[in-house]
Amino acid sequence: MSKVDLKEIAKQEEELTGGHRLCSGCGASIIVRQVMRATEDPVVVGIATGCLEVSTTIYPYTAWKGSFIHNAFENVAATISGAESAFRSLKRQGKLEGDTKFLAIGGDGGTYDIGFQSLSGALERGHDMVYLCYDNGAYMNTGIQRSSATPRNASTSTSPDGEVIPGKQQFKKELTDIVAAHNIPYVAQASPHNFRDLIKKARKAFEVEGPAFLNVLAQCPRGWRHPEGEGLDILRAATDTCFWPLFEVENGEWKLNYIPREKAPITDWLKPQGRFKHLFKDKNKYLIDEIQEHVDQRWETLLHRTGEK
Amino acid sequence: MSNQVALTGNEAIANAMRQINPDVVAAYPITPQTEIVQIFSQFVADGEVDTDFVTVESEHSAMSASVGASASGARAMTATAANGLALMWEILYIAASTRLPIVMPVVNRALSGPINIHCDHSDSMGARDSGWIQLYAENAQEAYDNTIQAFKIGEHEDVKLPVMVNMDGFIISHAVENFNILADEDVQEFIGEYNPEHTLLDAENPITVGPIDLQDYYFEHKRQQSEAVKHAKKVVAEVAEEYNELTGRGFSYFEEYKLDDAEVGIVALGSTTGTAKAAVDNLRDEGIKAGLLKLRLYRPFPAEEITEALSNLKVLAVLDRAETFSDTGGPVFADIRSALYNADSEIEAVNYIYGLGGRDTQVDEIEAVYKDLQDILESGEVEERVQYLGVRE
Repeated sequence: MSKVDLKEIAKQEEELTGGHRLCSGCGASIIVRQVMRATEDPVVVGIATGCLEVSTTIYPYTAWKGSFIHNAFENVAATISGAESAFRSLKRQGKLEGDTKFLAIGGDGGTYDIGFQSLSGALERGHDMVYLCYDNGAYMNTGIQRSSATPRNASTSTSPDGEVIPGKQQFKKELTDIVAAHNIPYVAQASPHNFRDLIKKARKAFEVEGPAFLNVLAQCPRGWRHPEGEGLDILRAATDTCFWPLFEVENGEWKLNYIPREKAPITDWLKPQGRFKHLFKDKNKYLIDEIQEHVDQRWETLLHRTGEK
Repeated sequence: MSNQVALTGNEAIANAMRQINPDVVAAYPITPQTEIVQIFSQFVADGEVDTDFVTVESEHSAMSASVGASASGARAMTATAANGLALMWEILYIAASTRLPIVMPVVNRALSGPINIHCDHSDSMGARDSGWIQLYAENAQEAYDNTIQAFKIGEHEDVKLPVMVNMDGFIISHAVENFNILADEDVQEFIGEYNPEHTLLDAENPITVGPIDLQDYYFEHKRQQSEAVKHAKKVVAEVAEEYNELTGRGFSYFEEYKLDDAEVGIVALGSTTGTAKAAVDNLRDEGIKAGLLKLRLYRPFPAEEITEALSNLKVLAVLDRAETFSDTGGPVFADIRSALYNADSEIEAVNYIYGLGGRDTQVDEIEAVYKDLQDILESGEVEERVQYLGVRE
């Protein structure tokens, strides 16, 4: 990987300009701005239908400085596959010169759920592209419905906390592991509060030949129900509690990128978010224990898989 | 230069694709189209084309990748049938409204359910309002000719629309036929270089494709799309003329078969029009003034030209190889009746739905339709407006 000079990177021109209509405190735009600083080549960006897409391309305006395409909800990986194939074909025929990067972006709904098949197909075919998932753990664009990325017991508009059911019933799908099982050159999990780590990972993702996947936790003040200014602190708690471990899989080699000196209790992650508020009622305390147990098991698995234990 | 060859319809299309040499083909196998992707993949494996062949995991991704490739300035093709076309549905509309000249052969097959792999037009007829130009063929020669003409139509600066080249499953796709194939260089010269004005790969002139388009502009963009479809009609005729100059074959919107002096006539599209020609010949021998209008261009619908061509008829049957479940007949019938109404026509028009799920339609059955028309002509009465031909009731 080429050297990441954060000072130099900070001087780079913004690819996603201000004036877009994302909510204040939204994680998606922070992530995109960090990721896009990791390359100096022109980037063709494709986005699945979702918050980021509808908020940045309200016709006749666009917040994107470079080439951008939105096709539909479930097919950003296939769409960017097509663009990348066009590039390869035209370059081979001598009709194009220079280097271009291809970046497909989806939220968790467009990646874990409806876009899963398209993603898997594109990864298997080996297109030279980066897929970035900004995972805010629900269908935020349509009003906070649960997805397979929604954490256990989060209250969403389709998995509400009720008299008999305390929010979402299932644990989150481990999509990063599933993507790693495609044996692509680079897979990583990251968070924008640790921008050095995220930008480094994005750099690696852009530089490898073949598909790379970045799964990045993104705060959503509306969906997570927290004050707009607290997002990055909550993301930090996600990594300190090991709810969202930062790791990468480089050519099959698993590596943890952050091991907290002392694992923080899961309540540090749950407490600041209104979507978990009901867990702190007496009758639901056992659910917090179950979540803690699940996080502990997952962390143990990762420690073994990465050779830390 | 052209050569006579004996090939199946699928081989004809695959060879047209080889001669077109598209930059990107993204396709997925489905009966009865599968042969096309198989044969084409061999052309790729043998280095006979420059194409980047994207072996997608579904038809939805085939159309999605075609959109990505076409927006990147590539000549993009795919091919499908039936359920594959249905799986693409959402993206058909996006391809058309994004004004991307993708070309897609559709090997017509009954749309499930129940599942059936044989020919009817329930797949492409459902897509008739998606904004794609639709061409239909009687045989492999026409399917081949339509494929060669498709990019030239779709890429025209006044059009910029995707083109669906339809061919009857099995009946044409799997039957060996003698037909004329152009020389590779003639095809290249005919279709020319493709230099789109805007592409995603032009980093110096970046564009945003597929933005959200709300109350303020969506309607204007749809209106522009309607205008492009209008232009397409003119361009289809121009390209057909140019192709005719090159090959001596073809016609723009439809073929008129013994229609000039006909009193009873049939409008149909696809392979059954060949059967209908045989029926017309037999009936002519009996002194019945039978005629046929074989549609090539179904979208846009050349309504005025059709009613003009039909104007001498007294009674007309429209044959539909698809059901709309509207209880008012098939899709072509609806369009023809509407066109006749606009023309203040007094032609009595009836509808026959036939051949669903590959049910064979034979010459004597078409002759029986003409005989029904004779009865209407004599009695002046229509007993049943919509009938089902060749079904066990």
